[in-house]
Parts: sequence; C-alpha cells; structure tokens
Amino acid sequence: MNNLLTATLGWMDDRFPVSQWWNEHLAHYYAPKNFNFWYYFGSLAILVLVIQLVTGIFLAINYKPDASLAFASVEYIMRDVEYGWLIRYMHAIGGSFFFITVYLHMFRALLYGSYRKPRELLWIIGMLIYLSLMAESFLGYLLPWGQMSYWGAQVIISLFGAIPYIGEDLAVWVRGDFVVSDITLNRFFTYHVVSMPIILLGLVFLHIIALHHVGSNNPDGIEIKKQPKNEKGWYLDGIPFHPYYTVKDIVGVAVFMIIFAAALFYAPEMGGYFLEQNNFFPADPMQTPQHIEPLWYFTPFYAILRAIPDKLMGVVAMGASIVVLFLLPWLDRSPVKSIRYKGIVFKFALFLFVISFIGLGYLGMQVPTATFTLMSQILSVIYFAFFLLMPFYSVWDKTKPVPERLTD
Amino acid sequence: MSAQSVTQVSTDSIDDKSKRHFLIAATTVVGGIGAGFAAIPFILSLQPSAKTRAAGAPVEVDIGKLEMGQRIIVEWRGKPVWVVRRSEKNLADLVTLDSQLRDPNSEKIDQQPVYAKNAGRSIKSEYLVVVGICTHLGCSPSYVTEEDPVAKTLRADWKGGFFCPCHGSFFDLAGRVFQGVPAPTNLVVPPHKYLSDTRVIVGVDAEGA
Repeated sequence: MNNLLTATLGWMDDRFPVSQWWNEHLAHYYAPKNFNFWYYFGSLAILVLVIQLVTGIFLAINYKPDASLAFASVEYIMRDVEYGWLIRYMHAIGGSFFFITVYLHMFRALLYGSYRKPRELLWIIGMLIYLSLMAESFLGYLLPWGQMSYWGAQVIISLFGAIPYIGEDLAVWVRGDFVVSDITLNRFFTYHVVSMPIILLGLVFLHIIALHHVGSNNPDGIEIKKQPKNEKGWYLDGIPFHPYYTVKDIVGVAVFMIIFAAALFYAPEMGGYFLEQNNFFPADPMQTPQHIEPLWYFTPFYAILRAIPDKLMGVVAMGASIVVLFLLPWLDRSPVKSIRYKGIVFKFALFLFVISFIGLGYLGMQVPTATFTLMSQILSVIYFAFFLLMPFYSVWDKTKPVPERLTD
Repeated sequence: MSAQSVTQVSTDSIDDKSKRHFLIAATTVVGGIGAGFAAIPFILSLQPSAKTRAAGAPVEVDIGKLEMGQRIIVEWRGKPVWVVRRSEKNLADLVTLDSQLRDPNSEKIDQQPVYAKNAGRSIKSEYLVVVGICTHLGCSPSYVTEEDPVAKTLRADWKGGFFCPCHGSFFDLAGRVFQGVPAPTNLVVPPHKYLSDTRVIVGVDAEGA
C-alpha cells in the first residue's frame, strides 16, 4: 500500500510540483519558534474567508438581486429554506468576525514591527486586502435591501460626490442611476459575489507568497534568516511550519470555532452590532432612519468623516486616515522592530492610538452632538499624530538592545 | 539542416537591438491604446441606461388639504420631494436667520431654478417645494418644527427647519443651510409649477423660466 502511495506521489511529482510545494510552504518552511497568541489571527482570517465563500455560495442560490424581491428573499432564506437561518447568520456574523481577526492581525504587526524592512510589500498587500474587505463588506451590506442597507449605500456613494468637478458624475456612474435603485443593487450583487472574491483570493495568495519569500517576523523582531543553520539545515531559531505551527493553528481554530458558535447560536445580532435593527425594515427611499450608523468596523473612520464640518475635507480626512496606514513602513524609523525593545515613548504613543481608535469607533455609533463632535476632533488629531509624528518620536525613543537569539 | 548549422545562427552578431526595442515599444503602445479603447464600452455600460434616463416623469401634488406647518412627501425620480406650508411667522423668521447661513441669498445657481431665487426660495412664499436630500451625503433630513420638543436638544433658538440625523446638518424652513455644518449648500429646489391654487407639478419648469 505504502509502495502504491509512493509511486502515485512520484508519478504526480513528475507532472506537478506537489512535494516541492508541500516542502517549500509547510514541511521545510521555517518559522521562528516563539510565535505567541497574536500569531493565530492570520490563519483564522483565512478560515473566515473560507466560511464566507462557502456560506456565500449557498446564500446566492436562494437570494434574488432585485429591489422588489431582495428583502423578501432574505426573509425566505431565514424562514423557509432548510437551515437557511444558519447559513445566513454564519455569513452575517462572519463579516464581523473577519474584521475582528483582521484588526487583531494588523495590531500584531503594530506590536512587533512586522511591516518593517523587508516586509514593506507584505504590509502593503495586506493593506490592499483590508481595503478590498471593506469594499466587499460595503457591497454585501446593500443586498438585504433593508433601511440601513439603502441609506448606508446612499451615504457612502455620495462620498464620491465630494470630489471636485467629476464627483457627481462619478457617483451616478457607480450607482448606474441618479439614486440608489434596483440597478445599483443588481451591480453590487455582481461585484460582491464575483469581482471582489476573485480580487480577495488573488491578494491573499500574493500575501502568503510574499510572506514565505521574506519569512515571518516574530515577537522579538529578530531576523532568524540572519542566523546560522544547524546540522539539519534549520535556522537556529526556526522550526518547520508543519507540524509545529499547523498543530498550534488547529488549537486556535478550535477555540475560535467555540466563540464563533456561541455568537452564532446565542447572539447572532450581537445587540445590533453584527446586524442592525433598522435593517429589519425594508428600504424606503423616502425616509432616512432617525439614526444611521455603519457597522462597528467602519465607525472609527466614520467618526473622522463627521468630525470635520466640511464635505470635501471630511472625505479627504477619512481617506487619509486609511492611506496613512500604507505609509507605516516608512514612518517608523526606530532602530528596533518589536515593542519588546522599544522605549516608553512608543509604548505610550501606541496606547494613545488604541484609545483614539476605540474612542472614534464608539463616537461613530453615537448621534452627533456638539460634545461628541469635539471629542471626535480631539481623537482624530491623536489618530493622525500617532502616524505623522512617528518619524520623530520613534527616533527619540530610548530603545533596548536586541539580543542575537530569540528569547522565548 | 544539421544541428551544427543551427547553433551557428547567433543573434549576437546581428546588430538589431535598437530595431527590437523600437518594435517592442511600438507594439506595447499600440496594444495599450487598443486595450484602452476596448475598455470604453465596458465603462460606459455602467452609466445610467436609456430606460433609466427616460424615467422620472413629472408628478402632480394636491396641496389643497395641507395644514399650516404640515409637510407632505412625494416621490420624484426616486427622491423624496417635500411640500411644506409655511405661516407668516415662519416667513418673518427666515429673514432673521440670514447671518447664520452659508448662502442666505441663494447665490449658488445649481440649487434652485431662477424663479425660486428669492427670500422664501419658492414661487408662492406660503409653500416650500424642495428635494428632501441632504446636500452632504444624501440622507433625508427630518422635519423639526419650532414647537417640537426635540428642537431644544438640537440647537438653540430653533425657528423650525430640517435636521439631518446622519451628520448633523441644519437647514431652515427655506432649505437654506446653516454655517458650521457638513452640508456645503442649500437643499435643491426642483423645477415645479402651479397648475391651480391647489395643484403643483414637480419636474416641469414654471413658465417664462
């Protein structure tokens, strides 16, 4: 039997690089030995991507991208399709879990300087994944054709209208109509289920190829590839991804699935954070809900948009708050990568940044009052200061010496 | 032909590098232009279709039963159009607000037809006819009268008008935008005309306009 398997593999290898790929990316891919909790979220994000792709296909089977039928078809999935409620809730909360894993994954990069040389392109591809994810989420949110779907899309597409000269025409081009309508719904469905998934899968592939080319960073921010190899040909502080990290990641998957299932079965709406109450009303183009807010993962940027009492400048600031993330590899000029060896200044700056991001996220969900607007303005300044002052404070910061070998 | 004679054909000896560069560059440019032209039909297919452009017939509104201070909403081209009946006091209040507004005299020409470029931004000052879409990001503002208990919590000295719940823009009872809010311009007054004292048609310009 073993002989037959070996022979089959040999036959395959002559025709397709099966063993070569297995070795390059798993069995002989050496990752630093000190990965901690924060290193679960990359593989978990891939897991959520798979969940979204599979549940999305099954939803598309029963969904109708037609303004007069869409809302009812979602209710049909929820009530009449066998296990339709399960598949729909998995997809709906999967969106939020995607952002939870991606935000934690990005925060890991902030902690350990995973965006620093030679991982600048890895970071930029990751940022493109994040942008695509935002687009995918926004496009998908129109499909249930509820009140929040409709007015959320109306507001976001109107952002294009703020661009001088071509803005209004561009917004019409995006909608395919003068207002959000059946035509908009039909094309958003196409983008959501065809264009964006292809782009996302392509970017995830590039992200992994780039990662495996430069090798993983680690909590110490030490390049293990600069170390000598041992007698087995391993880097001294490296261990093969398979079986060491495949096993570790499976433990992460198990814990994640428990949390995911708890949300799925006990709180799929998560008190309005995963599914907004207003979206249980069908879209009404005549009436904006009293209070509209995007889903939680967009609210920090939404708060920055609202903080500025000028249409164009608000949109510019919101765009800049995302663009500035792309520049991170060149803003951080600290001699060390990891927070473990950075000084008090960077730690304090990162702390303030986390406060501002969470604070803006909270404010983006609230009705705009004068006090909240002022708070949004203060937190927006902190948000931008974290990035724009980084070239200065990361140099002033007193760093600790980095050891030769990993510490864990 | 023997293998020997094949290997003797070497490209090194032929000095055609510049010719090759030129051909590669020319092919790239022509191909690029071709791809650009090929993209045009796809990009234009996303524009509003002929059917979409033709839609949007004018709508008639019966305003005969409209009480003082009341608002009715009608749909025109998929957008809400409001008709609000304003009292003498409302109209008198409008003048007192001028200093708080961005564009009190309706100078921005796209926002209203010429026949509505006046103090009340209307044909008949009693009736405001306006597209109920915020000029910031397209939400539909709420109608908040002076007496509304909510008014006090929103803005001091409120004379009645519209408040956009999305991003906090304020408009007065002529759809004029206040200063210091995100909306850049006044609400749009659509083309409209009166067919009789109680019937107004939205989407058709008044005579002489």
